[in-house]
Amino acid sequence: MNNKIKQQFGFFLLFLCILITIFFLGLILYFVIVQGVGVLSYEFLTQIPKRSMTAGGVAPAIVGTFYLTLGAIIFAIPLGVACAIYLSEYNPQSVVINVIRISINNLAGVPSVVFGLFGLAVFVKYLGFGVSILSGSLTLGIMVLPGIISATQEALLAVPQSYREASLALGATLWETIRKVVLPSALPGILTGIILSIGRVAGETAPIMFTAATFYTRGYPKSIFSEVMALPYHIYALMTEGVHPEVQTKIAYGCALILLILVLSMSTLAIILRQRQRGKTYYGT
Amino acid sequence: MHKKKEKIIRWVFSILAFSSLFFLVGITITLFTSGLPVFREKGILEFILGKEWYPTYNPPAFGILPLIMASFLVTIGAVMICVPLGVGSALFINELANHRQKAILKPIIEILASIPSIVYGFFGMVLVAPCLQKIFHLPVGQTAFTGSLVLGIMATPTVCSISEDALSFVPQSYREASLALGGNRWQTLTRVIIPAAGSGLSTGIILGMSRAIGETMTVLMVTGGAAIIPTSFFQPVRPMTATIAAEMGETVVGSIHYHALFAIGLVLFLITLLFNIIAEIISRRYRLKLGLGR
Repeated sequence: MNNKIKQQFGFFLLFLCILITIFFLGLILYFVIVQGVGVLSYEFLTQIPKRSMTAGGVAPAIVGTFYLTLGAIIFAIPLGVACAIYLSEYNPQSVVINVIRISINNLAGVPSVVFGLFGLAVFVKYLGFGVSILSGSLTLGIMVLPGIISATQEALLAVPQSYREASLALGATLWETIRKVVLPSALPGILTGIILSIGRVAGETAPIMFTAATFYTRGYPKSIFSEVMALPYHIYALMTEGVHPEVQTKIAYGCALILLILVLSMSTLAIILRQRQRGKTYYGT
Repeated sequence: MHKKKEKIIRWVFSILAFSSLFFLVGITITLFTSGLPVFREKGILEFILGKEWYPTYNPPAFGILPLIMASFLVTIGAVMICVPLGVGSALFINELANHRQKAILKPIIEILASIPSIVYGFFGMVLVAPCLQKIFHLPVGQTAFTGSLVLGIMATPTVCSISEDALSFVPQSYREASLALGGNRWQTLTRVIIPAAGSGLSTGIILGMSRAIGETMTVLMVTGGAAIIPTSFFQPVRPMTATIAAEMGETVVGSIHYHALFAIGLVLFLITLLFNIIAEIISRRYRLKLGLGR
């Protein structure tokens, strides 16, 4: 009897844990959505800020986030995918594998603000790119590299060994096998990883604080060497700078909502893609 | 001809594969070289154990002990929130939830884990801080406790995902053996599954800590920013990450302050590196113990 009560109580506690977790996170979403929805409008999405950030829209910040994310992904995809292909298809010596694997793991654990410092010292100062889209994209790209590598590795691992053997037995070289057999069947998995990374990059603030972002630009960025406004940094700047805190907080709610929609739709898309993928392989084999 | 091409391709891939090693080494070298001038001028011990951080005073003081203590204080507070909630949620999803609940809860947790930290910081600033100020009658709402609370909520989905992973590695036969011996589900959970997944769970906790200590935007916006040695939870503090983020914009490039901020970055980098290495060692042992290899 005693045991039964204990069990009931324990299960109740665990249920409470998940309830509290979902409640808190739901609360955040609820507040941002309820307060932000009133701010969103066609003008808010398409116009540049006016009257020292108290009116107009945040279009340059949306465009800036788009450029930074695009740049980071363009930089990180070839490197990440190549690294993963080398690790899982070319079977290098185990020492090499270990060295690379350990560095990927540790790179994944580096705090985002440290990436910002690295970007500042190397891209902004040493290479002379200045505070620009280019510096910010490269910094974000390095940050997201480990994620892309491990997602790609997982996708490659899921390709059945028999596919490779069949292709090699037909006389194809290793590279032909990778290009025409392995990569096409791993593509959905790789895509999922990339979409997740896009969501992560779009929401990051600390790495672009000293490498790309600025509170205010007059209009849109002109080249990859111009500094940009970005949604996440804009939220921070609205809350900590400027002289009209009340109006700015409202605009920040709008920005937070746009950012949430962007990021959450990316991760939702990735999860749906992955579940479909799993379903397919399950029925296929 | 074919052979030559294959060789070149393999060679190109092997070079690209070393990129992450290259960047990791690059980050280490950058932090060391940019932080070094401070150590040379002030001495490492004085920098790390110095109790005063007044970078803009004359003469300036560069002691980062208050910042390190603030980081650990906020992180410990966050861990006390995110570990019970995260591990508890993971246990619920993995052990109690039926198929349908699992299919709904797992993606929800994963999607919530992707909420950007700036949104948490914003939420903490406009809602949590004012609320706490009212409830506890504090002079300011932005304190170490506020930081811990927001950071703890933020890290919960991550801890939950990693713990859930660890739990899913526990072989079904363990559960069956315990139930067959007459243990009820709760006894199986507390005496078999948790001990079996123990090191996997602790890996998750350490990785969660490492993430919490390196988190920037949230603590920057909600911890208040007073660089003094914390004496209570309900007092504004200034963690390392927040210091770097807040002061880098105002400092002159090449000044001693600039180098000091890089040195803080170095300390932060080494702390997270240490956490990651510990997590790696534990997780390797865990996989060996459960016979999963590697």
